[in-house]
Order: sequence, then structure tokens, then C-alpha cells
Amino acid sequence: MDEILIGTLLASTLRVATPLIFCALAGVISERSGVIDIGLEGKMLAAAFAAGAVGALSGSTALALTAALGASVLLSMLHGYACVSHRGDQVVAGMAINIFIAGITVVLGIAWFSQGGQTPALPDSVRLHPLIEHAGERFGPLLGSAVLGHNILVYLSLALVVAVWWFLQHSTPGLRLRAVGENPHMIDAAGISVKALRYQALALNGILCGLAGSYLVLAMNAAFSPHMTAGRGYMALAAMIFGKWRPLPALAACLLFGFLDAIAIRLQGVVLPGIGEVPVQLIQALPYLLTVILLAGFMGRAIAPRALGTPYVKER
Amino acid sequence: MSASPGSATRLPRWADIFLLPLVNLCIALAVAAVVVALVGQQPLTVMHSLIEGAFGSARGLSYTLYYTTSFIFTGLAVAVAAHAGLFNIGAEGQATIGGLGTGLLALWLAPHLPSVLLWPLMLLAGMCGGALWAAVPGYLQARRGSHVVITTIMFNFLSSALMSYLLVHPLKVNDGMAVESAPFAPSAHLTGIHELLGALGIDWPSSPLNLSFLLALLAAAGVQLLLWHTRLGYRLRAAGSSPGAAEYAGIEPGRQIIIAMAISGALAGMLGMNEIAGVNDKLLLDFVAGAGFTGIAVAVMGRNHPFGVIMASLLFGALFQGGAEVAFEIPGFSRDMVVMLQGLIVLVSGAMAQAVAQPLSRLVHALSGLSGHRKELQHG
Repeated sequence: MDEILIGTLLASTLRVATPLIFCALAGVISERSGVIDIGLEGKMLAAAFAAGAVGALSGSTALALTAALGASVLLSMLHGYACVSHRGDQVVAGMAINIFIAGITVVLGIAWFSQGGQTPALPDSVRLHPLIEHAGERFGPLLGSAVLGHNILVYLSLALVVAVWWFLQHSTPGLRLRAVGENPHMIDAAGISVKALRYQALALNGILCGLAGSYLVLAMNAAFSPHMTAGRGYMALAAMIFGKWRPLPALAACLLFGFLDAIAIRLQGVVLPGIGEVPVQLIQALPYLLTVILLAGFMGRAIAPRALGTPYVKER
Repeated sequence: MSASPGSATRLPRWADIFLLPLVNLCIALAVAAVVVALVGQQPLTVMHSLIEGAFGSARGLSYTLYYTTSFIFTGLAVAVAAHAGLFNIGAEGQATIGGLGTGLLALWLAPHLPSVLLWPLMLLAGMCGGALWAAVPGYLQARRGSHVVITTIMFNFLSSALMSYLLVHPLKVNDGMAVESAPFAPSAHLTGIHELLGALGIDWPSSPLNLSFLLALLAAAGVQLLLWHTRLGYRLRAAGSSPGAAEYAGIEPGRQIIIAMAISGALAGMLGMNEIAGVNDKLLLDFVAGAGFTGIAVAVMGRNHPFGVIMASLLFGALFQGGAEVAFEIPGFSRDMVVMLQGLIVLVSGAMAQAVAQPLSRLVHALSGLSGHRKELQHG
């Protein structure tokens, strides 16, 4: 393998992994507080639509980002209203969000922009660009393309992994957030509101899903298209479980899944010595297969937060 | 999903069975009407042409029942799992693998067997495929402690990867560009209702509605029998509503999880009889087309009861068919409106069941208290 190939592989790994990283972090925060989130997919899709629609109408990156974060946080609050306030089933609520958003984004897209559900292509001024122009030519394929040639959201996602890790491990609110996912009765006994903590966790979850959706529209593509999240929310969920509900291992899982995606396209029709032709579908299915195997306890043990999925009933 | 089908609210039985789903549907429809108005359409006009499209003609009605058939299979699948305390999100994948079983059997045996022998075998192959694809997640939850929700999500993706591999490589027809298998021999085709009625001398417009509609009704009756009139069903429901008590009574919960998932998957696996054997006559990529997820909405709306599942499937069948007609008539209207409505119904009657049931319960009690009071006055 030459330098250029490695450089482009690493670069596309990071590009593909970025939305996964945002969503996996969103999952970590909400699930560590005790709220299952299989609605990552829907929240990200809503954010992507909001970014695409508002970006096209206003021509402003800031407004597009605000709309994306707003849409996704709003869904997180709805999630909280159903599951935290009314003790509804968290999985059902997440699924409802996914189905609802898959429908309404197409409905609104077709009605407002009449391009079969797509939003108009965003002008260059609205899209996010690499921080360093032509990094690949100036610094070579390894340092330039793979490391320096990305837009700000890619670096933000990496920084947020460290931030979320520090927040959960070393800050008082982070400690409380973990405690409410393990033993909410203890938190209640300490005089802290379980509901408030879970709502706060969901707000952060919404912001992170919003960033993931924005990335899809503002950086990866130039417009919103129907169902453009294409299962990334579920893959992020898998990455989060693969990382055992911890930010740094989740990052590693996202990078692994991103890498698999990057090589899947390149390995199409390539005959590997000794193995033969590897079906692309197998490589694409690998993240899900690995997660199933991990969850089944054949590869270490993935232990979920203890109070995950159980609504908190205050004792009287 | 609330593990126990019995509800925790103190609504009277009639209100719990009829009033609550009706109120939930009305809330979801009201939100949908707001969205319809938001995109500049008249909600009432849309509603009218939707009902007209779904029930207004023999052809429309046939399409409605054709969609209903698929939803009954997946709705029953989700419902059976729910009675055992499990949330099966994997009906989509189970239906895919079930259809694969049905299709492979048809490719293999259709040239050699008459329909009468072939159909039961195709059905069995579909049920086995679906059962297998659900029993593995069931086993992993029962014996290895991984959660069935996550595993079935992963299995959905695995099934579509497997399907696309098979259709691109081993099952590919040599000359075609389309990703599909070779067509089945004619004996594998499940008779259409219009063909059946035509043979009886009744003129009925051509539609995809086929014999599997009757199969779906039979399956619903079978689920009713199984859940409430057999020991197996009793054990499933016992393990679902209280695993601890069930275990104390000598019912092993883990075993019930595997059995319930297998039955659930087998029901989802029947969908291939409608889509593969009844309509397409060949294997193709996305023949399930979201019916597995609609099944969740159907089961939630139908309160996990077979009769409720049939009624809810009819509702969604009508919405799908009517929605297609509306999309044809009114420019700018998209059938995805129905998908949105599904999500709303899952949200309102599934996740927010308590949020709706509590005020409703207060209202019903206040009203019945009021009428009781009036009676007392009359008699006093």
C-alpha cells in the first residue's frame, strides 16, 4: 500500500466516522443517565432536514446549525416528556420518533421544495469547508489529507469525545449523571431531581444528534435527501454498545466501523490472496455482526447501566 | 412496550378497548391534519379522497386488503412477542428471511410439484426462515443476556445484507441488470382473488390481493387460540406479565422467550406468501418495504389482540392505499404522510399511553359519577 492510498483511506474513515461519533456520544450520555435511545436515527434525520431546509431558505450557516440543533433537542424533549415525565416505554418512544421523522421529512420536503423530497443544493457559502485549503497538496497525503484536511465538525467530534469522557469521569454533574443511570434512588435520596438530570442528559443528547445531522448536510453532502441517515443512527447505537457505554472505546468502535465502510467500497471485486473475493455485503454487515457477538458475551462483557430502561418512580 | 398487555389504568373495560384507541387515533389524526394544513392542503378534502381511494371501488378495496394482509402478519408477530414481554423490532428482517425461505423453496421445487403440494411447503419454509431469524435473538436474550431489542435491530441489517449478497451473487440471473432472482415456475404462484372469483364467474378487477388474505385471517384465529386456549399460550403470557411468578410456578422464563420469538418470527415469515408467492413470483431486494415497522404500529394500536390487529391492519391498509390515491390526485402530497401517521400512533398510543389514559380515565369517571349521581336523585 502506498502513502496516497493510506492517506485517502484514513481521510474517508474519519469523514464517515464523524456522524457516528456525534451520535454515539449522544447515546452514551442519554443511556448513562438511564434513558435508552434508539431514536438517534430519527433525531439525526430531523436535524439534517432542518439544516437543509433552513440553510437553503436563509443562506446562513449559523441559522442552519441553530435549526438543526433546535429540531433535534425538541425531539429529545418529546422523548423525555413521554419517558421521563410519563414513564412511557423508552424503546417504543425512540422507535416512534424514528418512524415519525422518516415520514414527516419527506412530506415537508416534497411540499415545500417540490424536488422529490430533496432540499435545494446549498450554496458554497453555507457549506462547511476544510479548515486548511488544499491540505493534501501542501502537506502530503498522510499529514495533509488524513489529518489536516477536514472541516471543523470533524475536529469538534474528536474534541467532544475527550470532553464527554472528562465530563462523565471527572465532573460533579457527570458523576450525578452516571449515578442516575445506575441508582436513581440514591440520587433522589441525595436531594437531586432525577427528572431534571435525565432531561438535561436528553438536552445534551439532542445537541449531539443535531451536530451529526448538520454534518451530513453541511459537510458530507450539499443538500438533504430523504432517508439520508441510512441507518447511521443504528450503527452509532451499535458503536456505543461496542464501546460498552464509554466515550473513548465508542470512538474506537466508530473509527473501526468507518474504516470498514471505507474499505468496503475499495474491496469491491478485489481478489485477496489466499482468501478470494470478499463480498462487500459481508464487510458492510460486519459492524452489526460484531455487535451481536459482543453483546452475546463472546468477546468480553458489555454491561449496560443498571437502571437503563426503567422509568423512575419516586417512593412516597 | 409495556410488557403486560393488561393496562395499569383504571378505565372501564369498554373504554379501555374501544374508547382509548379511538381517542389515540383522533389525536394522531389531529396532528396529521395540522401537518396537512401546514403544507397547504385541505385536511378534509385529503381525508375524503383518501377514504374514497381506499374503499370507493372494488379495485381500491382489493388493494386495501392486499396491504392489510401483510400488516396482519407483522402485527401478529409483534403482538405475540409483546404478550411474552418482548419488543420485537425485527419483524422486518424476519419477514425478509421468511420470504427468502419461501422463494428458495419455490425456485427449487416449483418445476416439479403441483400447487397443492407446493404452497404448504412454501409456507412452511417461510415460517421456518422467520422463526430462525427471531429465535436466535431470543436465544441470545434467554441464555446470553443480550437484549432482544438491540439484537433484532442488528438482525434487520444482517438480513438485508444477506439478501443483497444472495441476489447479487448466487441467485443472480445471468442476463438481467435487475437485482432479483429468476422467476418461479407457474405452480408457485398463489392464486389471486380476482382469478378465483373469475373462475367462479364473478367479474372482479385485477389486483395483488390473493389467497394469503385468508391465510392472514386464519393466522389471527390461530394466535387467538394459542394465546388464550392452550397451555403454551398461558405460559407465554405468564412469563411475559410476571417472570418471577412464572418461574415460581415452574415455568422457565428463558424457554418461553425463545418459543415466543420463534412463533413471532414464524408469523412475520408468512409475509412472503403475500408478497413473494402472491404478487412478485420471484425474489427481490426490498419486498417487505417497511411492513415490519408498520407491524409495530398495528400491534400497539390493536392492543396486541388478534382482532385489534386485524382492525388496525385494515386501518393502515386503507391509509396506504388511500394515501397512494391521494398522492396521485393532489400534487405535492406524499404517501409518506402515512408513515408519519404511523409514528404518531406509536408515540401516542404506545409511548405516551399513560399521558392519554390518565386524563381520559378521570373524565370517564367524572362522567359516570355524574350520571350515577343523577340516577340516585331520580330514585331518591
